[in-house]
Formats: sequence, C-alpha cells, structure tokens
Amino acid sequence: MAEMRKITVTVNGQAHTREVETRMTLADFLRHELTLTGTHIGCEHGVCGACTILLDGRTARSCLMLAVQADGHAIDTIEGIAPPNPDKNAPMHPLQEAFRDNHALQCGFCTPGMLTTIIELLRDNPEPTSDEVRIAISGNLCRCTGYQTIVAATLDAARRLKAEGRKP
Amino acid sequence: MSAPSAVRSNRVLRVEDADLLKGAARFVDDLHLSGMLQAAFVRSPHGHAKVLSIDTSMAKDVPGVHAVLTRDDFLPHLATEFIVVGLPSPAYRQDINRPALSGLEVVHVGEPVAIVLADNRYIAEDAAALVMVDYDPLPAVGDPREALKPGAPLVHSSSPHNLLAEFDMGYGDVDAAFAGAPHVFKESLWQHRGGSHSIECRGDVAAYDSFADTLTLWSSTQTPHAARSVLAGMLGWDEDRIRVVTPDVGGGFGPKLIFYPEDVAVALAAYITRRPVKWIEDRREHFVATTQERDQYWDAEIAVDNDGKILGLRGSIVHDHGAYTARGVNLPYESAQTVTLAYEIPTYQMNVKLALTNKVPVTPVRGAGQPQGVFCMERLLDRAADELKIPRAELRRRNLIPGDKMPYTKPLKSRGGRQVVLDSGDYPKCQADALEKAGAADFAVRQAAARKEGRYIGLGLANFVKGTGRGPFEPVTVRVDPSTGQIIVYSGATAMGQSTKTMFAQVVAEQLGGDITRVTAKPGDTGTMSMGLGGFNSRLTVMAGSSAHLAATKVRDKALLIASKLLKLPAEELQIHGGQVEAKADPSKSVTLGQLAKSVAGVAGFVLPDGVSPGLEATEYFVVDDMAYANGAAAIEVEVDVETGGVHINKFVIAHDCGAVINPMLVDGQIVGAAAHGIGNALYEWMGYDDNCQPVTTNLGEYLLVTAPEVPLIEVSHHESPTYLNPLGVKGVGECGVVPVAPAIMSAIEDALREFDVHIAQTPITPGEIVAKIEAGRKAKA
Repeated sequence: MAEMRKITVTVNGQAHTREVETRMTLADFLRHELTLTGTHIGCEHGVCGACTILLDGRTARSCLMLAVQADGHAIDTIEGIAPPNPDKNAPMHPLQEAFRDNHALQCGFCTPGMLTTIIELLRDNPEPTSDEVRIAISGNLCRCTGYQTIVAATLDAARRLKAEGRKP
Repeated sequence: MSAPSAVRSNRVLRVEDADLLKGAARFVDDLHLSGMLQAAFVRSPHGHAKVLSIDTSMAKDVPGVHAVLTRDDFLPHLATEFIVVGLPSPAYRQDINRPALSGLEVVHVGEPVAIVLADNRYIAEDAAALVMVDYDPLPAVGDPREALKPGAPLVHSSSPHNLLAEFDMGYGDVDAAFAGAPHVFKESLWQHRGGSHSIECRGDVAAYDSFADTLTLWSSTQTPHAARSVLAGMLGWDEDRIRVVTPDVGGGFGPKLIFYPEDVAVALAAYITRRPVKWIEDRREHFVATTQERDQYWDAEIAVDNDGKILGLRGSIVHDHGAYTARGVNLPYESAQTVTLAYEIPTYQMNVKLALTNKVPVTPVRGAGQPQGVFCMERLLDRAADELKIPRAELRRRNLIPGDKMPYTKPLKSRGGRQVVLDSGDYPKCQADALEKAGAADFAVRQAAARKEGRYIGLGLANFVKGTGRGPFEPVTVRVDPSTGQIIVYSGATAMGQSTKTMFAQVVAEQLGGDITRVTAKPGDTGTMSMGLGGFNSRLTVMAGSSAHLAATKVRDKALLIASKLLKLPAEELQIHGGQVEAKADPSKSVTLGQLAKSVAGVAGFVLPDGVSPGLEATEYFVVDDMAYANGAAAIEVEVDVETGGVHINKFVIAHDCGAVINPMLVDGQIVGAAAHGIGNALYEWMGYDDNCQPVTTNLGEYLLVTAPEVPLIEVSHHESPTYLNPLGVKGVGECGVVPVAPAIMSAIEDALREFDVHIAQTPITPGEIVAKIEAGRKAKA
C-alpha cells in the first residue's frame, strides 16, 4: 500500500482536509476525492492543458502535480470562476459570458484549462493583443474550435472587464 | 422547403454552454458509482507475436486487485468472441475481426490481452505490469505496399495473404481517352492522416443490475445504438437487456463511432464481477488502441487536351487498413469516389487495394478518406496547369461542373449502391469568391514585391465536394411532457461537441412556440429510442434535424387541434407562443402545452377530446438514401522561410456551401475547427512507426496538434444552395472544412517556391523536407 499523508487544500475558497496516497495526482484529487469534475484530464503528460488550475493564482498542470504538493496552498478551478448561484440563468464571469457569446467552445473538454489560463493572462495583461492571446493559450490544445473564437472571446472579455472596472 | 424563421437561420447561442463553462457538464469520467472498480488493460508490446501463456497470479496478489480477466475468462460468456462490424461490400477477400481480448496471437502494439480490476487506477496499473505474458515475436509488416508483395510477413499467421479487400471504381473508356490524349501527367502520392485526438480520450462505465438482469454501459461513443447491438450480439442477449448511454462527449472526430474491444471487456467485467467498472483511456492508449486514418499510396494520372480540359483520370490506391476490420472498405471507397466529384471528367478508373498491416485498425477520422481524394485531384490539376502554362485557377474553372448543370449525375454508385447525384451548388462561384477574398487579383504584384524583399509567398487553391447526411434514417421523438410542459427531444443522434442539442432546440422550437429554452434535447440513450444510427459522416442536422422538424410539425398540428377543441376556436385562429397555444386575436384565451399534453395523456375511463389520438408526441423516421453534397473552395496564402522550411499562413479563405444554414455561428465553428485540423494534416500531424511496427509518436509532444499560434484567422464565406433532398434544405458541415486544406497548402508552397521547382507529392510535409526540396532545386539549377 502506498504511503498516506494528511493534507489541507483550499479549493475555490473552501478548505478541504483529506488523507491521500502520496502518489495521487492533484488532478485525480480534485476530480475523485473532492468530486470537482470540472477540471479535465486530456493527456496526463502536461501537454494538452485541459487540467490547468490556478495554484496560489498562477497556472499549473494538475496532472503533473501531486496532491501532497498542494498541501497548504490555494487552488482555483473552473467551478470557482463564477460564484455559486442557485439561479441557473444568473450571469457568469465575464470571461465565461464571452466564451458563450463568441462560440469559444464546442465539446467543452479543453474549456476548464482555457479559462484558467486566460484568467491568469488577463490578470497579468488586461488588454492583450490577439497575438499575445494566441501565445498565452499555446500550451492549451483545442481540437474543435481552431482557436479563433477563443481569441475573440478573450479580447471580448478584456473589454467587458475594463468596462465594468473589474479585475479578472 | 419551409421558409426561414426567427428561430432557424439565426445566430442562436448554445444551450450546451452554461454547464460546460461552469464545470457542471457530465463526461463519462465524471460518473462515479458506489462500489465501482477501476480497470487497466494489459496490452501487447509487440507488433506481431504468438501468445504462449498469460500468468495473472502475481497481479491477482496485489492488494486492492479484485480480478484479472483474460480471454479464457470471457469465452464462457460470449456467443461470439469477435466484434463483427464490417460494412457490407463484395470487395472483401478476408474477414478479419477483432476479438474481445486476444489470447492466441497479437497483431498490433496496444492490442488488449487482459483487463485488471482494482480499487483504483493506480493499483490497476501496478498490477497490469505484473501480468506475465509469454510472447513469441513474429515478423511484422507496417508498409501496406510491402504487405502486398509476395513473401511479405503475414499480418495474421492464419491468413493466406495480406490483401483484405480489392475493388475497382470508374466509368467510361478511360484507356481510349488516355490513348488519344495530347497530354498525360502522372503523380505518385503519399497521403497520411493521423489520429482523431479528441481532447477527451475514450471511456466506459458499466454496471450490471442483477435484479433486473440488465446491463448499462455509459460510453463516450458516437453510436450508442450500434454499441448496444454489437454488445448484445456478442453476449447473446436480447437487446433490451442492454442500455447504452452517451453522456457529454469531449470530441469525437470519427474513431468514437467504432465499437472497441475495451467496450465489451468493461461490460463483461462488470457482469462477471457484479461490480460497476470504469475504464478511462489515457493518451498513450489513445495512440496505440484508438483507430486512426494513416497511410494511402496513390499512383494517378490525368489526361488533358491542349486547353486543359480533362479527358480522363486513372490510377490505383494502396490503403493501410491496419490489423483488423473495424469499419469496412468505406474509407478508401470514399477516397476513390471523391476524386472526380467537383469536375466534369468523362472517363475514370481507380483500382483500390486494402492491405492488412500490423498496426491499430484504420477507420474514418473527420473527412473520412475524402480529403485524400481531393488531394489527388487537386495535385493533378496543379501539375497539368503548370505543364500547360495555364493559370491554376483558370484550368480548374474550365473543368468545374457549372452551376446551371445541377443536379448533376455522376456515373458512380455510392457504397450503398445508390446513384451519385450532385444535388445543388455553384462550384465555380465558390472558387471565384474564395480567390477574390484571398486577394488573388493582385497577388502576382504582391508576390513580386515580396520576392524583392527576399520573401517567398505563394497562393494555393483547392475545390472540394463532399458527401454528407448519410442515410437511411435517424429517428427522433418530440414529446410534450404532460407534467412539466417541457418539450423533450429523444434521438440516437449523438452529440459530441457539434451543438446537436442546440440544433434540435432551434428546429423544434421553430414549430412549437419559438422559445429554445422550452426544448430539452436528450440524445444518445438507447433507453429512450428503440432505433438509431448515431453521429458520423456529417449527418445529424440532415437526418435527425429533418426527423425533428417533421415530428415537431406533427406535434404542432396536434397541439393546435386539441387546443381548438378546448378553447372552442378554429385551429387557424390559434398560434403557439412560448409555452402556450393562444388565440391570435386574444392571447388571454390560451392553454399551456403541458395542459394540452395532459388532456391527451389519458384518464382511466374518460374519453379523449373528440377525434384526437392519445399523447402529445410524435416519432418521425425521415428516410433519405441519396447524400447531400456540400462543396467549397479554399484559397490560402503562405510564406515560406527558405532557410528553415517553416511555413506561415498569411491568409486563409474558405468559401463554403452547406445548403440552408440553421445557425451561422455554429456553421462557422464547424468549418474553422475542421480547417485547423486540415492545417495539422498538411504540416504537423504524423503517426510514426518503426520497421517493427512500434509506434514512435505516442504522446502529444511527439505527435503535433496545431496550437493557437499556428492557426491563422480563417475567413469563412457562406454560400447557400438549399438541397431538395430534405425538408430543411440542409447539407452536412462537420467534416467539410478539413477537405480542401492540405492540397491548397501544398499548392501555395509550390507557388511560393517556383524558382526552386519544388514539387510536393505528399501530405504532411515537414520543414526539413521543404528545405531538402529547395536545396535540390538550387543544385539542379546550378
């Protein structure tokens, strides 16, 4: 039996304490221990970017991290981008709204990693050019969209955030 | 065709998006059942080997392992151990079907030989490494041309040879046409397409209910009804004991329409262990166990007159079939059939041989062999144009089928035996439009100016016609729920990211009140529809959309009829608005759809409204055998770095005609996404194997998918020639964007590098190969 260790991880603002195998990836921890299945696994070797989460505000590949490495850290996932709201039609985060309005997702499997990556981009660079967006998402594979609607959605989200005077 | 409405033809936002954007969608790996075991497969490390023995004892001793199952464990439960799925064809020379698990001979790397079931995937993979399989390696053959040579290693040691199938296709006296032709040009082409690489790999969850004696399989399949049928046949069970459900699917692109050994293995493991079982394919497994498209080798020649008019085209194809038949001869059939579609070609002959190889089976990937047919045609046209010194676009224009000849009968038969009739479209207009939008008029000037700056730019062009909307039918039920009034749509038309639920909502809402939020589509569940074919071949909007339209129209008519009785008003004076039927003159006189459904849902002993049949629902089976042919043209400008061989796409225009457009936003999305896939097929994607049939590209660092910086802005120009073949006037769109891209890019690269006489007869092409061609051109001139 693999070694077990107790960890406490704050996910989307809520602290979770669990005893986990030391070899469990952070992605599996989020998905199977915390049942936050919005984070997706596409390759398990750090190339596709679908599993990207924010670790203390910076993007990280949750398939390349162990859960124990996240002990004591704060993580944000796709489930935490918009505050929970029982009203299904309540507005989402401006980036999510822009994704929907620009058809920036089809199957939606790469979307969790795209959203977290773009949130980091917009925090660092609130008014990116389309070339800067393309470079920022170059570590995230999408097989459906051809990327251009994702670029358009990101630029749209930047405009919305600026208009609202809001940080991503 | 009915007139466009506010709902149809509009840029309606998708009903799928909110859940996907909030992380609330439900993919198969998101399903967790109590007591569920996790599976890992033991797979062949050899391209070809005899299996001498399998020792599972060490693996079974690992704590947390519940079972390790092999072929011997499966056989008592199977009516047949083989997955028999080959589409009918007289071309087969051998029936070569995949077993549920291999136990005697493995014929490709990745072939499953055992399934390990454990408390979690980590333990299952640990134990899988401890399953001791004693293999006796045998010679393997990977090149389909080599496989067909006398004395080649046999892919299956029990086969007489490696020819899986052979057929000829064509019409007219092609030899006479060539004998009298003033010009004949020949090309030998290598065409490669890789895997599908949906970002979600495959996956299954199976649960056996011993009380009901039924089995449920949640699978990321594009074809749940076919999966149920194959599984029932293998188990020898009535189909009603099996329910296959497709939850949200993270991209399909073809290979998820196939039924796999893993699907039956997971189902059977759940049955044998009486525990729910989950298996989620990892990316490395996707590279070795999910079907691919891979290689075709073409020899083709074209006969033209002095004006560049085509007199005939003939040739042969050797197609890499892989180690088993997982779909049929359809892929190279479509390749051969697509060659001539866009042009007037009086004579045609193509010989097609399908060769078994020791590689994972070949089945359709987005485009399904049709990009290869177009590549052959367009490369030959570029060659003929250059040799005759006629501009490439002009030579094409002289040969394209003109719009006023539609519908145009091709002397070809579809693989189902139907006459090929191109139903509609204006091919020359699409070409002219793409060229204009790509700035072809002043391209020569720009090219010369760029050359003076030391830059090499080129403009490429390719036309295509693609068969879409494969029949014969896709049933749809539209039902007003008597309890909630919600309009529910059921169908086997399975969604995998192509916005099928939104399409249903638009088509149905158009007839039933105009509010798409009142429509809930629940496709992809054999528990709700007795029949279905599924999602493939750009068919769902054509086939299921038409059925949904007809069913919704019936429900509308019935709703109006019942309402006219309840409201005591003539049906003509009523309309459906939102969730209710109301008097046009006085909307306060109304009755909700839910009340109408309840009024015909039946109350014991009470009569139905006069003359009305039970239930506010309808099921329609729109049947069409002929395919709807979409078309288009791509014009692409590239810039080639002659030192590095790097290709940068400066401009990408695709003019496209998929008939009536239900949602332009979604059509754009399909075309652009497929076009990006085409860029990958031209410049990046290569599924490599070594001489022993060991795959050498088994992760996404070695196998290159296009990323955002490689994809240019893709400009889509819509043309709408509605087809007469269905009530919506629609043609399929999902695969179309991929079809013209590789030939247009090769055309553009050649155009950029004319001074080096670069000639490209392959796809993909790498920077190194481009540099080598430039060097060869320089040397030849020196």
